[in-house]
Amino acid sequence: MDLSAINPVQLIAFLMVAATPVLLAAIGELVVEKSGVLNLGVEGMMITGAIAGFAATVETGSPTIGFIAAAVAGALLSCLFVVLTQFALANQVASGLALTLFGLGLSALLGQSYVGVKPPATAKIDIPVLTDLPVIGPILFNHDLMVYFGIALVAATWAVLKYSRAGLVLRAVGESHDAAHALGYKVVRIRILAILFGGACAGLGGAYISLIRVPQWTEGMTAGIGWIALALVVFASWKPWRALLGAYLFGGVTVVQLNLQAAGVAIPVEYLAMSPYLITIVVLVILSADKSSAPAALGRAFHASR
Amino acid sequence: MIGLERRPQPSRAWSMATPLVAVLATMLAGGLLFAALGKDPVEAIRTIFWEPLFGEFSFYYRPQLVVKGAPLVLIAIGLSLGFKAGIWNIGAEGQYIVGALTGAAVGLAFYPLESVFVFPLMVLAGAFGGWAWAMIPAILKTRFGTNEILVSLMLVYVAEQLLASMSLGLLKNPEGYGFPGSRNLQHYDSAHNAELIAGSGMHWGAAAALIAVIFAYVLMNRHMTGFHIRLTGEAPRAARFAGVSPTRLVLFCLGMSGALAGLAGLFEVSGPAGVVSIDFNVGYGFTAIIVAFLGRLHPVGILLAGALMALTYIGGDIAQSNLGLPSAAIQVFQGMLLFFLLAFDVLTNFRIRLGAGEVA
Amino acid sequence: MKLNTLLASAAMALGLATGAMADDPTKVGFVYVGPVGDGGWTYEHDQGRKAVEAAFGDKVETVFVESVAEGPDSERVMTQMALEGADLIFTTSFGYMDPTINVAKKFPNVKFEHATGYKRADNVSTYSARFYEGRAVQGTIAGHMTESNVIGYIGSFPIPEVIRGINAAYIHAKKVNPDVEFKIVWAFTWFDPAKEADAAKVLIEQGADVILQHTDSTAPQAAAQAAGNVVTFGQASDMAEYGPFPRVSSIIDNWAPYYVARTKAVMDGTWSSVDTWDGIAPGMVGIGEISDAVPAEVKAEALALKDAIAAGEYFPFTGPLKKQDGSDWLAEGETADDGTLAGMNFFVEGLTGDIPQ
Repeated sequence: MDLSAINPVQLIAFLMVAATPVLLAAIGELVVEKSGVLNLGVEGMMITGAIAGFAATVETGSPTIGFIAAAVAGALLSCLFVVLTQFALANQVASGLALTLFGLGLSALLGQSYVGVKPPATAKIDIPVLTDLPVIGPILFNHDLMVYFGIALVAATWAVLKYSRAGLVLRAVGESHDAAHALGYKVVRIRILAILFGGACAGLGGAYISLIRVPQWTEGMTAGIGWIALALVVFASWKPWRALLGAYLFGGVTVVQLNLQAAGVAIPVEYLAMSPYLITIVVLVILSADKSSAPAALGRAFHASR
Repeated sequence: MIGLERRPQPSRAWSMATPLVAVLATMLAGGLLFAALGKDPVEAIRTIFWEPLFGEFSFYYRPQLVVKGAPLVLIAIGLSLGFKAGIWNIGAEGQYIVGALTGAAVGLAFYPLESVFVFPLMVLAGAFGGWAWAMIPAILKTRFGTNEILVSLMLVYVAEQLLASMSLGLLKNPEGYGFPGSRNLQHYDSAHNAELIAGSGMHWGAAAALIAVIFAYVLMNRHMTGFHIRLTGEAPRAARFAGVSPTRLVLFCLGMSGALAGLAGLFEVSGPAGVVSIDFNVGYGFTAIIVAFLGRLHPVGILLAGALMALTYIGGDIAQSNLGLPSAAIQVFQGMLLFFLLAFDVLTNFRIRLGAGEVA
Repeated sequence: MKLNTLLASAAMALGLATGAMADDPTKVGFVYVGPVGDGGWTYEHDQGRKAVEAAFGDKVETVFVESVAEGPDSERVMTQMALEGADLIFTTSFGYMDPTINVAKKFPNVKFEHATGYKRADNVSTYSARFYEGRAVQGTIAGHMTESNVIGYIGSFPIPEVIRGINAAYIHAKKVNPDVEFKIVWAFTWFDPAKEADAAKVLIEQGADVILQHTDSTAPQAAAQAAGNVVTFGQASDMAEYGPFPRVSSIIDNWAPYYVARTKAVMDGTWSSVDTWDGIAPGMVGIGEISDAVPAEVKAEALALKDAIAAGEYFPFTGPLKKQDGSDWLAEGETADDGTLAGMNFFVEGLTGDIPQ
C-alpha cells in the first residue's frame, strides 16, 4: 500500500473534469424541477447531445460548433417532452422514461457511421505564468473552457433563481401553478422554457463526455450518468451550489476508490466499487435534516381550467 | 386556437379507444422510420405485431410472451401501489436483483438435497430479500425524511455490485471450472421453477403475476388500505385528517413493491434464467415503471401494458433477425409507442375544442 | 413434451425443406451480447459475420440480433433463428452457454457454435481465442517501454480470461525488466467509457507510464494521449487512430477465419463438434502493427516472440513459475495445461493485490 502515490492536486484538477458532465445535466434538471416539472429523460437527452456534438465536431472540425449542436439537439429532444407533458398533459414520469428509451435508440441510429472515429481535440486554456503556478495552476488555470462554463452556469443559475424577477416567477410557478396563473404568469410558457434549458444543458453534458472525457462515440456511452444527475438534484435540495458540491463529492468518491485500488489498499474491490453510492446515501441522510423540500407542484400537470 | 376542456367524467369510450389509436399512430410513424432505413414498412410492422401472435411459429412465441411479460407485470403491480400514494420506488431493479440473490442462495445452500420444501423456502427468501432491500429507503424515509427516489436508485447500483461479487465469489458454481456464475437451478429439480404446463410458458412467476393483479384490484377497490393509498395520493392533507399514518403507508407500499420485485427476481433466476450471473438483471425493474404508467396504475391496465411491452420486445427481436433492422430502430419504435400512448391519453380526460380555447 | 415435439417437427419439416432445395443459401445466425456499434467485442464478431458474407456471396445468408440479454432472451432468439431455418448459429457470449445447450437439444439438425464456454454436444462446438499469447507480446513491449517501471492494468471483472491476460503480460514484462511493477484497477463493469477514462488517469497519476487495458473503449488511449508520455495498446480492435503514439501496438480479435471455415464445413457437410482454442498461429489473435515509437530492437524481439509462439516453439506459460503465495506452480520447462489456464483464478508470483472474490 502506497498512499503517497496519490497526488491531491492532480486529484482535484481531475475531479473538476470528471464532474463536469453530470454537473451540466444536473443544473439543467434543477431549473426544470424548480419550475415544477420532473423530466426523467436526462439520460436520453445526454446521449443525444453526445452524438450530435460528436457528429458536428467531426464534420466541421470545430468543438465549439459541436457543443452548440449538442445543446440544440438536447433542446430539440426535450420538445417531445414539452408536447407530451405541457400540451397533452401526459404523466411526467412515464414521459421522461419514454424520452430516455427514445433518445438511446435515436442516438444509436444516428451514430452508426461514427463508431471508431476520433474527434478533433478540444483545446485547454493556457495562460502564461498562471497555468504554471504550483498547486493553483493545475487546479484553476489548466482546463478546457467547458469546465469553467459549468461552474459559471452554477453561479448564474444561483444568482438568477435568488435575485432576479425571472427566478422569482420560475419558483412561483414551481410552488403553485394555480396561484402563479392567477397572478397572470404564463405557466406553460415558463415551463416550456425551463424544459428547453434543461434539454440544452443535458445535451452539453453528453457532448462533454463524447468530445472531452472519453473522447469517442459508442452506443450507450453515457452509461447511466443521466440518472446520477437526477439523483444529484434531489441530493442538492434544489440548490445550485450544493449540486456542484454533490457532483464533486460523487465524482470524488469514484476517483478516490480507483486511486485506493491502484495504491493497493486492502479493501475488497467490490465494496470500494459500491462506495460512491453508499456514501451518497449516507450524506443524503445527514442532509435530510435540512427540511427545504421539493418544489410543491413538482410532477403535477397544469391545466388552466378557469 | 385549439383548446382543451376537461370532461366532467373521464370518457370510457376514449379510454378504450386511445390505446388502439396510439398503436395505429405508432405503426404509421414507425413505418416511416423503417422506410427511411430502407426496409419494407408493412413487412416490418407485420413482423413486430403479427408474427409473435399469429405467425407461423406463434406456437412458440405466445408462451414466450408470458415468460417476458410476467416479471414486468409482477413488479409493476407492486410499484403502482406506491405510485398511487405518491411514494416513488425507482429502485425495483435492485430489489429484483437482491430477491434473486437471496432466493437462489437458499436453493443453492440445499443443493443437492431433493425436497418439496426447497422451492417454497426459496420463494420466501426471494420475497424477503426484495422486501428487506426496499426497507432501506422506507426506514430512511420514515426515520430521517430522506428522499426515497434517490436512495432506492442508488441501491440499484449497490445491488449490481453485490450481484457481480456474488457470481464471482460466494455463489460461484464450484464445478464451473473457475468461470463466473452459479449452478444452473434448472438442473436442480427441487429448486427449478419449471413450467406448470409444458410448452405454455406458465411458470410460478406468471401465476404469481396473475394473483398479484387480482390482489391489487381487490386491495384498491374493496379494502381500507387501498382507500388510504388513493386518498394519500390525491389529497395528502385530507388523508392525514382521516387518520392515515404516513409512516405505515410508506412501509407498506415500499415493502410490498420490494417483495413483489424480489419474487419476480426469484422466479426468473430459478426458472427461465437458471443462473446467477454478472449480467443477470436486464432492466425489468426500470421497464416495469413504464408498464405501471402505461397501465395507468390500474391492475388490469398493467396486465395489458405488460403484454404489449413483451410483444414489442419479442416482435422486435424477430424483426432484427428476419429483416435486419438494427436494435436501435426497435428502441426508437418502442419510444414512439410510449409517446403516442401517453399523448393520446389526453383524450380520455379532455375534450378538444376549437376556437375560443385558452391555453395558459 | 408437447413443445419439444412441435419444435422438433417444425425443425424436421424445415430440415426436409432445406434438403429438398439444395440451392438454398446456407443460413447463418449470430447472437450478439452488445450493439454492433460498441467498437469492441461485438463489433469484431460482426466483422467476422461480414467476412462470411464476403466469402460466400449468394451462397450464404446471415442474420443477427444485437444487444441480446443473457438468459431467457438469448434462448428465445436462438430458438427463433433455428425455427426460421438457420443451419448454423454462433452465440458470442459466455453467458449464452446453458441457453445454447438447451436450444441445441431441441434442434439436433442445427449446428451451434458457442464462444468462450466449456459445454459441448454433438451439435454444439465451442471456440475461444488465446488472447494471452497476444498479452505475452504486449508484456514484452511494455516491459521495455516503461521508464517508471510502473505498468497500469485496467481489468473489467476478475474472471479467468482477464486474470490469464494479466499473468501473461506480467510474466513477460518481468522477463525483460525485473524491476517492473503492475498496478491493477478493476472497473467492475464491461462497458462504461467514463469510468475507463477515470481508471486510466488514476493509474497515470500514480506513476504508470504504460497502460494495458482489458476493456474495449478508447477512453484510456485518449487519457494517455492527453498525459503525453504514456504508452498504450489497442484492445479488441486495432485503435490505429491513436497510433503511432500512444498506441504502439494492439491485440485484435479476428474471428473471420474461424467463421468462414465453420460455415464452409456446414456447406460441405463436414461439420463436427470441436473445441477450438486458437491463438496467433491461425490468426484468431492478431497483433496490430508495432509502431515506430518502439525502438527497433524491441520491435524485433517482440516479433520474434510472436513468431515463436505462432510456430509452437514457445509457450507463454512455461516453468519455472510460482503462484502469488509462493507455492510452486510449474517446474522448469513444464507448460500449463489448458484446463488450468481456462479456469485460472490465481496471480503468479510478484503480482501484488488480491483477486476480488
